[in-house]
Amino acid sequence: MRLSGSSGRPAPRRTVAPRLRVAARRCAVALLPLTLGACSWAVLDPRGPVGHSDRTILIDSLAIMLAIGVPTILATFAFAWWFRASNTRARYRPEWEFSGAIELVVWSIPAMVIILLGGVAWIGSHDLDPAKPLSSDKAALEIQVVSLDWKWLFIYPEHGIASVNHLVVPAGVPLRFSLTSASVWNAFFVPQLGSMIYTMNGMRTQLNLQADEPGTFHGLSAHFSGDGFSDMHFPVRAVRDDEFAAWVKATRGVGPSLDGAAYTALARQSTNQPPSTFGAVTPELFAQVVRQELAPGPGPGTERGGAAEASKHPEPAKKGH
Amino acid sequence: MWGKLSWEAVPLHEPIVMITSAVVAITITAVLAWVIVKGHLPYIWKEWLSSVDHKRIGVMYIVLALVMLLRGFADAIMMRAQQAFAMGNVGFLPPEHYNQIFSAHGTIMIFFVAMPFVIGLMNFAVPLQLGARDVAFPVLNSVGFWLTATGALLVNISLFIGEFARVGWLPYPPLSELNYSPGVGVDYYLWALQISGAGTLLSGVNLVTTVLKVRAPGMNYLRMPIFCWTTLASNLLIVAAFPILTATLAMLLLDRYLGFHFFTNDAGGNPMMFMNLIWAWGHPEVYILVLPAFGIFSEVFATFSAKPLFGYRSMVAATMAICILSFMVWLHHFFTMGAGADVNAIFGIATMIIAVPTGVKIYNWLFTMYSGRVVFEPPMLWALGFVVTFIIGGMTGVLLAVPPADFVLHNSLFLVAHFHNVIIGGVVFGLFAGYEYWFPKAFGFRLHKGLGVAAFWFWIVGFFVAFMPLYALGLMGMTRRMQHYDVPEWQPWLQVAAAGAALIAIGVALQVIQLVWSIRHRESLRDTTGDPWNGRTLEWMTPSPPPMFNYAVMPDIGGVEAYWMRKQSAIERRALLPEPEYHDIHMPRNSSAGFICAFFSATMGFALIWHIWWLVAMAFVGAWAVFVVVAWRDEHEEAIPAATVAAVDRANRAAREAALPTLRPAT
Repeated sequence: MRLSGSSGRPAPRRTVAPRLRVAARRCAVALLPLTLGACSWAVLDPRGPVGHSDRTILIDSLAIMLAIGVPTILATFAFAWWFRASNTRARYRPEWEFSGAIELVVWSIPAMVIILLGGVAWIGSHDLDPAKPLSSDKAALEIQVVSLDWKWLFIYPEHGIASVNHLVVPAGVPLRFSLTSASVWNAFFVPQLGSMIYTMNGMRTQLNLQADEPGTFHGLSAHFSGDGFSDMHFPVRAVRDDEFAAWVKATRGVGPSLDGAAYTALARQSTNQPPSTFGAVTPELFAQVVRQELAPGPGPGTERGGAAEASKHPEPAKKGH
Repeated sequence: MWGKLSWEAVPLHEPIVMITSAVVAITITAVLAWVIVKGHLPYIWKEWLSSVDHKRIGVMYIVLALVMLLRGFADAIMMRAQQAFAMGNVGFLPPEHYNQIFSAHGTIMIFFVAMPFVIGLMNFAVPLQLGARDVAFPVLNSVGFWLTATGALLVNISLFIGEFARVGWLPYPPLSELNYSPGVGVDYYLWALQISGAGTLLSGVNLVTTVLKVRAPGMNYLRMPIFCWTTLASNLLIVAAFPILTATLAMLLLDRYLGFHFFTNDAGGNPMMFMNLIWAWGHPEVYILVLPAFGIFSEVFATFSAKPLFGYRSMVAATMAICILSFMVWLHHFFTMGAGADVNAIFGIATMIIAVPTGVKIYNWLFTMYSGRVVFEPPMLWALGFVVTFIIGGMTGVLLAVPPADFVLHNSLFLVAHFHNVIIGGVVFGLFAGYEYWFPKAFGFRLHKGLGVAAFWFWIVGFFVAFMPLYALGLMGMTRRMQHYDVPEWQPWLQVAAAGAALIAIGVALQVIQLVWSIRHRESLRDTTGDPWNGRTLEWMTPSPPPMFNYAVMPDIGGVEAYWMRKQSAIERRALLPEPEYHDIHMPRNSSAGFICAFFSATMGFALIWHIWWLVAMAFVGAWAVFVVVAWRDEHEEAIPAATVAAVDRANRAAREAALPTLRPAT
């Protein structure tokens, strides 16, 4: 059983606070009995600073609540059992219905817990605001994300390339995502990197993430978007800087280019589209999508009367582009 | 002539749907045939379908809820089975079918199981607890029920003619707009909810008025049982929140039918506005459901601990605090939409604040047991199961209210596990507790205890087996509503969850058996006194089942537990109070308005869904005519002679007189 996918691989020292990583390891050890295989516990096995911080807050909040929840559950069993009708040793006070002292305590305990948790929520919301840039000595990489029916388009504006259904990023570099949708809403989510955010047509959302070390992560849509929703997952490949540069170089100028016409074709409904790349991208294409200068995706196109019509659609898993 | 409707709308090529259709058709035909051949039709029409008696309407609401529970649960089984198999393949349900199933499951369970069950119990018990003869608006009450039933009917018709929505239980635009959902599914959803939503609003108005205006002499606000308080809070929320739902869905209907652009992508529409509006209704809705359940638990803990509720005033304060706070937290349903840190943090903290009054309630229930004499009858088992389950659900809820935690858990199976944890563990367990608790009051005999206990254990164990794996899957990054997936590590957990659903299915089967067995052996389970649980509130003072007029003479209320005090003094004096003087009682007459209204509204809803405009016009005129006839009716009350009242009360007094020597004073 591996606790960390990075063991055995070179682990380049990046920007994350080392203490956080130590804490994360400890948490992972504490959760050891629960794990089947480390990499399957995506949210509890983060590979980037945002994911680590999300997890820390999650576990801290849970611990605060368990401190109060577990004794309450135990008290429920204890009270019910001790004061069972057949227990002659328990004292029966049929009129006892009020105690100011107990009232004070039962209002105070939850209130104090909430004050504590409220502080966690306030600080956490500000520290981990998805739109807040990550602090790093490296320049952030800009990536534009468009969710389409039913695939993901990733545009690298600095490099003039784009990819469909797979995301390649340099490890250890802050990633600044701008996101929108071609048609219906989706949520862009890479569990091991941390926070998700909605993608919405005509709007631009922002998300900042970072992968600390090279590795491949599972990305998916976390907001239901129609019949092809289940296939809207994509691999995220975090690679070393030189590998990323090589990938960019191999991609640029090769294959089709992404202009308005290509985008419109891509926006038609399809499922299970194999990963592909575009060797060139019209500048400002993402902005045109956001401003709706490129029209929203057309949807199924035909009027469907009901289930009878629906079945005319091919099996989604077999349907190519 | 028939709008969009054609034979193609009937899914003849779908074996699952066609077999279900056949079974449903045969069952309905058989039941109808049995009713007609046995000559039960006049009885059913007179005593039930056209009744305006709040107790009968309450029972009909609950029957509707139980029937729809079976439907919604069948959907749940199919979903669990699909996900247990669909690893690396498409499973046995294609997406367009699977998406309808989870949409129908959520819609049915909230709108046509939880809501009618809650409203049914409130309808049945609240007037009795208030010492009232009936609700404030009996005919309105009947119309409200029948409109709810109409909505349920339309949802079920969608199974056989056309399709249901495939967009989730809340139709988020733009997916639910005409471009992306051109079929009739969303229209079925919208019209079913508009019609039943109108019914719910009528019911809410009726129950608020009843609690505020129709109480026995001496029943001031701080003498009302807690269930009446939670009913008041819940119905205030209905009156405030359901118009938001109606308006929001109306805007979506305008988009879909008349080319408006409230929520479209283009022409200035704003889907984020839908998100805000729907949750401005949707979050109070959670408390509309759970507050009455809290009320039921309060009654159950006091009764089965043989002690008054601990901290009554604190409970009232907590209930009303939850009522108000529930309107201030809706944004926590979409922290991931990209609002700023301040907005997210404020709504997160507001959400957590609700945990304070809720926590107080939990402790007050615990201290109700403290120094009590706890008996483990089925209602008490559900209540104890609730406390344990709800604490877990509450904790995960507060966890999801912390925005950074929500950023990785939103829309995941962790979320699905959380809300089932509070809705099953809170609402459904409460409804089952209420069902077991008030069943003897409604019908004059108890439900079989052993089967009830067995059903409880299968339910609660099944619940944990079915939903704890979903928490784990959420932490593994699995999102909700996946028709298939390619991550092998998820599959074992989904298979365990499916096994849990099977355990719950056994629990459901035991409940069906319990009901049938108890009806067949009702003589051995008979309760003659009207007070089978050694109750404390007013409803246990009247015979079981209560007569149409509830109380022979209006009770005079001298404290929070008026009936308990009266019972204790009777035990001490070894005698009942002297026989009162009986008078004629005027009660509302039956009215067929609700049933006929439902006929026309169902027709109109169906015609609107399929764009059959002439039928829409005809049905609308018909419904309007019913309203006019009812509004101008001459006689709406009938007198029950004093002799009848006396006979009913004397029989009950005799039974209580006989039982008196067996009762011990509470010391």
